Amino acid sequence: MNVATLDQLWVYLSGNPLLSLLATLLVFILAVRINRALGGTPLVHPVTLSIAMLIALLLLVDMDYATYFEGAQFIHFLLGPATVALAIPLYDHRERVRRLLVPLLLACLVGIGVAVTSTVGLSLALGARLETVLSLAPRSVTSPIAMGIAEQIGGIPSLAAGLVLLTGSIGCALSPWVFRLLRIEDPAVKGFALGLSAHGFGTAQAFARIGAVAGAFSGLAMGLTGLLTAFLLPLITRLFGLGN
Amino acid sequence: MPLIMGMSVLLACQFLGELLARGLTMPIPGPVIGMVILLAGLMVRGKVPSSLRLTGEGLLNYLTLLFVPAGVGLMVHFALIGRDLLPIVVTLVVSTALTLAATAWALDRLNRRRGGQGR
Repeated sequence: MNVATLDQLWVYLSGNPLLSLLATLLVFILAVRINRALGGTPLVHPVTLSIAMLIALLLLVDMDYATYFEGAQFIHFLLGPATVALAIPLYDHRERVRRLLVPLLLACLVGIGVAVTSTVGLSLALGARLETVLSLAPRSVTSPIAMGIAEQIGGIPSLAAGLVLLTGSIGCALSPWVFRLLRIEDPAVKGFALGLSAHGFGTAQAFARIGAVAGAFSGLAMGLTGLLTAFLLPLITRLFGLGN
Repeated sequence: MPLIMGMSVLLACQFLGELLARGLTMPIPGPVIGMVILLAGLMVRGKVPSSLRLTGEGLLNYLTLLFVPAGVGLMVHFALIGRDLLPIVVTLVVSTALTLAATAWALDRLNRRRGGQGR
């Protein structure tokens, strides 16, 4: 019986999508464990941690992103149906939404307006490149939507996705201080603000740290913001005279 | 076969959404239109079928995991991010704080004016 040498095995494994798929899941599990061991701190979000560890791993074994993505695309694909599934929490809370429709819509418009103008304004003022600015613009929206928007307005989808993730972890880390500073007590308001500014990360944070009401409103804000931004942002960037 | 049923509904909505987005060259991603289609369907149907709830909530529970493969794509843009590192970091931190504060403040104010109905 012949035993394959280690580098022969590696050549086989690294060309196989199974490896990066498995690595993604295992690293994610490890990241969730680490986050729990640190007391669920919002400063080290499991996703940010997973991404950092996976990038380090890929650089270490010298695998490029395209090869990695061949396996990881099976996870990535599920973002589409997951976005569609956001209709379910929206439907569940339709009564409350209907009752609060006007304040929610107004707050959502204020939030999106502040998010987009401060992002575009600041990054332009600080001298960022145009494609960077356009990839930053949809950053407070959940990533499948942000990637689609970035593509539409002339940004770089994968850069936009990365910036969305950074935004999510920054939003989770900042939120306790912002709420304390503004003396916000209402869990619905906290959840809505988190979902609007930090999308899925904020929603997960709201469920885990504040409670079910905050989680529900966060999911709602995430859906509403995604929807409204997808409609509004191409118009706003055109207004700014950016992109196509 | 609840998982297969639920997944089929989600994929069908996404498919319709993609068709509409491409067909009408709308500046909105297909899955977002799919979400609106599903919401309209649920409104008409009047309830969430248990198969759809099982699949949908299962997916939403692991929403964070689904971001990981795209996020690893950051490594491709290290150079681009590196060139604009300062503007990106300052913009992200300042603008995220502003967005959180503005949204919470606006909703809190509007809520109070309506007698705290949101509680």
